[in-house]
Amino acid sequence: MKKYSAFGLLRNAIGHNRHWQPAWRNPDPKRKYDVVIVGGGGHGLATAYYLAKEHGIHNVAVLEKGWIGGGNTGRNTTIVRSNYLWTEAALLYEKSLQLWEGLSQELNYNVMFSQRGVYNLGHSLQDMRDIERRVSANRLNGLDAVVVNTEQIKAAIPMINTSANARYPILGASLQKRGGVARHDAVAWGFARAADALGVDIIQQCEVTGIQRDGRRVTGVETTRGRIEADKVGVVVAGNASVLASMAELRLPIESHPLQAFVSEPLKPVLDTVVMSNAVHGYISQSDKGELVIGAGIDAYNGYGQRGSFPTIEHAAAAIIELFPVFSRVRMLRMWGGIVDVCPDACPIISKMPVDGLYFNCGWGTGGFKATPGSGWVFAHTIARDRAHDLNTAFDLNRFTSGALIDEHGAAGVAH
Amino acid sequence: MFLIKCPFCGERAETEFSYGGEAGINRPLDPDALSDVEWADYLFMRKNPRGAHKELWNHAQGCRRWFGVERDTVSYRISRSFELPAGDKGP
Repeated sequence: MKKYSAFGLLRNAIGHNRHWQPAWRNPDPKRKYDVVIVGGGGHGLATAYYLAKEHGIHNVAVLEKGWIGGGNTGRNTTIVRSNYLWTEAALLYEKSLQLWEGLSQELNYNVMFSQRGVYNLGHSLQDMRDIERRVSANRLNGLDAVVVNTEQIKAAIPMINTSANARYPILGASLQKRGGVARHDAVAWGFARAADALGVDIIQQCEVTGIQRDGRRVTGVETTRGRIEADKVGVVVAGNASVLASMAELRLPIESHPLQAFVSEPLKPVLDTVVMSNAVHGYISQSDKGELVIGAGIDAYNGYGQRGSFPTIEHAAAAIIELFPVFSRVRMLRMWGGIVDVCPDACPIISKMPVDGLYFNCGWGTGGFKATPGSGWVFAHTIARDRAHDLNTAFDLNRFTSGALIDEHGAAGVAH
Repeated sequence: MFLIKCPFCGERAETEFSYGGEAGINRPLDPDALSDVEWADYLFMRKNPRGAHKELWNHAQGCRRWFGVERDTVSYRISRSFELPAGDKGP
């Protein structure tokens, strides 16, 4: 792999850009791998990268049924933060945030991580009590978090409507300054390129159709490109986790829902931070291209169709106009949906499964993007050592039997 | 937006309804006898199929009654609505 650099850019410019290498190979699947990762999204590619880099396991394949980063990795609103209420979740997302902070250097790929701050607005006394509680919990866990008042919000975000006469007046917010946004495609491409350089085979257009077992042990996967043997299989297929689980005759506490987002036409810079509101149910930031990126809530019904209902979009648009009346005349360019697999406690499952050699990383619900590097990091550890890391011990599948749920609906229910 | 056929009121817009999840999950008759695994299965584990799904809907802004719908979770096409078995009043 040729290292990207300013000098390389100049050299390729002089060569009329005819000598760029492909960022990763396009190999045919081998007969057998030490580890097969099912799902070539950000989490799966990160898992493969950390397996090779941290654990020295290079004989790894990532199987992707479409093209890498074409699922939820390319369909989210790119928000990164770690201000979760409960210690288990906060430490996991904080690990991820710390990895984000060095990711562009680590991967030698600009993931455009921009720590522009994330505001979570409060619109009622109870909202503000919850925010005070969450910020206090965050600080006890060593995360950066502050409570800001209405004047501070107005000073930082001039376009926002802080009028006391608003239907849902803004009383304050939590602010995580280290939070922000990243370029979602670049995260997938960066991890793919770095994993490929360490020997990982990235195999696209290869859908897994069955999980093969010998008694209680997994032996490989059946795919549209033939059978592939593997000592261990890690499944990271946001949205389709239940489908893969049913291939191994397992049941998961997951329901898949459409989650929608939309972007506006490009505008001049108008919003240089991320604003989220659970109460009015919307979240917004502005991309480097100038588009307003707006996220809606999930549709209530189960769905795999990568599209949702119009009333959900209308609801999110109304929420954004409530916060930013000036955006009421902005025209929307595109809308889309992704399929999120939602757990009853709004926390992921990163766990060994009852079948030996089979591991699942799923149930990230509406907020998986921010966890991409951290998720891959702990999942690689879980696969390589055949036991969970301290950071994901609490996210075992068994918590639904023991009752030790991690209720993150407050910090995760809507806004990501 | 869906048009959902309420078996009692006829076809109405999706916004009149609320969703009740997978149909046919029955409350345990003898809760004291259930193991932790069986409780977890009843409370949390779901089929979540990709394809035909039998599910509960409530006509919240109409007759307020629960009924069943068979819907494809990929195409979202609704093939039929049905009344729940006698005694099953929904969740």
